[in-house]
Amino acid sequence: MNPTVELITKMADDALIIGHRHSEWTGLGPILEEDIAMASMAQDKIGHALALYTLLQEHFAGPDPDTMAFSRKPADFRCCHLVEHPNGDYDFTLMRHFLFDHAEWLRYQMLRQSSFAPMAHFANRISGELKYHILHANTLLQRLARGSEESHARLQAALNDAFPLAMGIFEPGPYEQELAGTGVFAGEEILKNRWFLEVEHRLLSWGFQVPALSDAPAGWGGRKGYHTEFLQPLLDEMAAVIRSQPEASW
Amino acid sequence: MYGGGYVFSDPEHQIPPDDPEKLAEFEARIDRGEKIEPQDWMPYEYRRQLIRLIEQHAHSEIMGALPEGAWITRAPGFKRKLALIAKVQDEVGHAQLLYSAAETLGKSRADMVNDLLSGKSKYSNVFNYPAKTWADVAVIGFLIDAAAIVNQVANSKGSYGPYCRALERICYEESFHLKQGYDAFVALATGTKSQRAMLQDAVNRWYRPIIHFFGPPDQESKHSKQLMRWKVKMASNDDMRNQFLDSYVPKVLELDITFPDPELRKDPQTGRWQFGDPDWAEFYRVINGDGPCNAERLAVRRLAEAQGRWIRQAIMNPQQSVTIPFA
Repeated sequence: MNPTVELITKMADDALIIGHRHSEWTGLGPILEEDIAMASMAQDKIGHALALYTLLQEHFAGPDPDTMAFSRKPADFRCCHLVEHPNGDYDFTLMRHFLFDHAEWLRYQMLRQSSFAPMAHFANRISGELKYHILHANTLLQRLARGSEESHARLQAALNDAFPLAMGIFEPGPYEQELAGTGVFAGEEILKNRWFLEVEHRLLSWGFQVPALSDAPAGWGGRKGYHTEFLQPLLDEMAAVIRSQPEASW
Repeated sequence: MYGGGYVFSDPEHQIPPDDPEKLAEFEARIDRGEKIEPQDWMPYEYRRQLIRLIEQHAHSEIMGALPEGAWITRAPGFKRKLALIAKVQDEVGHAQLLYSAAETLGKSRADMVNDLLSGKSKYSNVFNYPAKTWADVAVIGFLIDAAAIVNQVANSKGSYGPYCRALERICYEESFHLKQGYDAFVALATGTKSQRAMLQDAVNRWYRPIIHFFGPPDQESKHSKQLMRWKVKMASNDDMRNQFLDSYVPKVLELDITFPDPELRKDPQTGRWQFGDPDWAEFYRVINGDGPCNAERLAVRRLAEAQGRWIRQAIMNPQQSVTIPFA
């Protein structure tokens, strides 16, 4: 695989799957205002996936975006395990959103200097909306961290669950050196260290205990096509209507 | 999205008598087309029925998110998926606007939601029917939203300022919903044989709930006169139903999709649409809790409320002190 294709595919798959998870809350959120915010972010993430698959189609002769999202087998996906896990309660959803979105924000900040110009352009374009995703996660977590004993305990437990999985975001791909050497993307190790600096001081200031960074995490595998048991049912559900009549247009 | 089929309650026995001078002044304002604002004097019964109306409308929005929301994860393709999330999100946003409008009359959002969960407050009957296939999403998005627009455009000309302003914004968004619903409807109607069959099946199942949507026939509607005098209710159930049939039946028929009612036709003499007996007993059964999905919808709503309780409690915690600005 072309290194840039590999990079874009994993980013698109992450965005699609976390967007799908976020969208499952639509109409079921804990507060109306939060329901609306989560649905909004779901649209943004799924929209980013669409834009990234379109980059693959336009610049690397990839299949059309609907085929990428709705017709591939799990082993062809490159998303990390963190995004595959079911929403669980809102505590896990929120902590995942915080951990994932900080990494995503920093990744796109790095990509604004990418030598692959269409990616740099895209990173610049969506920077404004990603800022609001971070702001949302920070704001709500800060409030809930200090809200009640229960909310604090729930979020600490969610952090303990989500943090090892978040290491999977930074699982090195097969082309780290090529991507860095050609100036497309500086690499997962740099991103991981920047991310830890960002999330650690926030979590500490809200009174959470922060797990240590790990180099042999349980959350690896997604970038090589090995997935949790949750991905297959998710993809089956997503494609249920399309697969019922593959020749039809909808 | 949806109002429609509101059930106004019987006047309570112990209504405090309104000051006749103030009442006359109030009615004169309404006659002049002025809007009534939250701080203005208003008759007890006007306030009570408006709370009931706006609350039912708000409940209908959040309950209406359930049948369609269940198809978000299965929507076929990026275009439909993104449109459907945006649409359901709008409905939840409408609930937020409407609860706020109702709160200006003195009932808190928490009290309204509690009355929904306990079954005391009603919401539109259409959401107590199941969305069985993707074609149901197209039928809801096109025909139910179209019906809602008829109802809400009428109500937006009413007398209570906060409700009218909320409705103006809602109607603007609804017009986009109608477009996406129609687009999905046409895609199925012009698609494969089995897509057309799926659509026809959905139209067959939704026909009666849509006729019910505007509420019982005018002769059965007991409270309409005073409520129309006060511009709480702006058009009669039968008039709105007729307006809907007039605008949308032809649009469906031109796609070679039919309605399961041999008596449905426009009377050339009166210009009014006629239809077969839609079984109003069913309407009353469903509104009183015995529809195909009442129990399921309320159970889902109760579960969502229960799951979110810890967040609401943490956010509303009076002990919490926030000294750092969030943004």
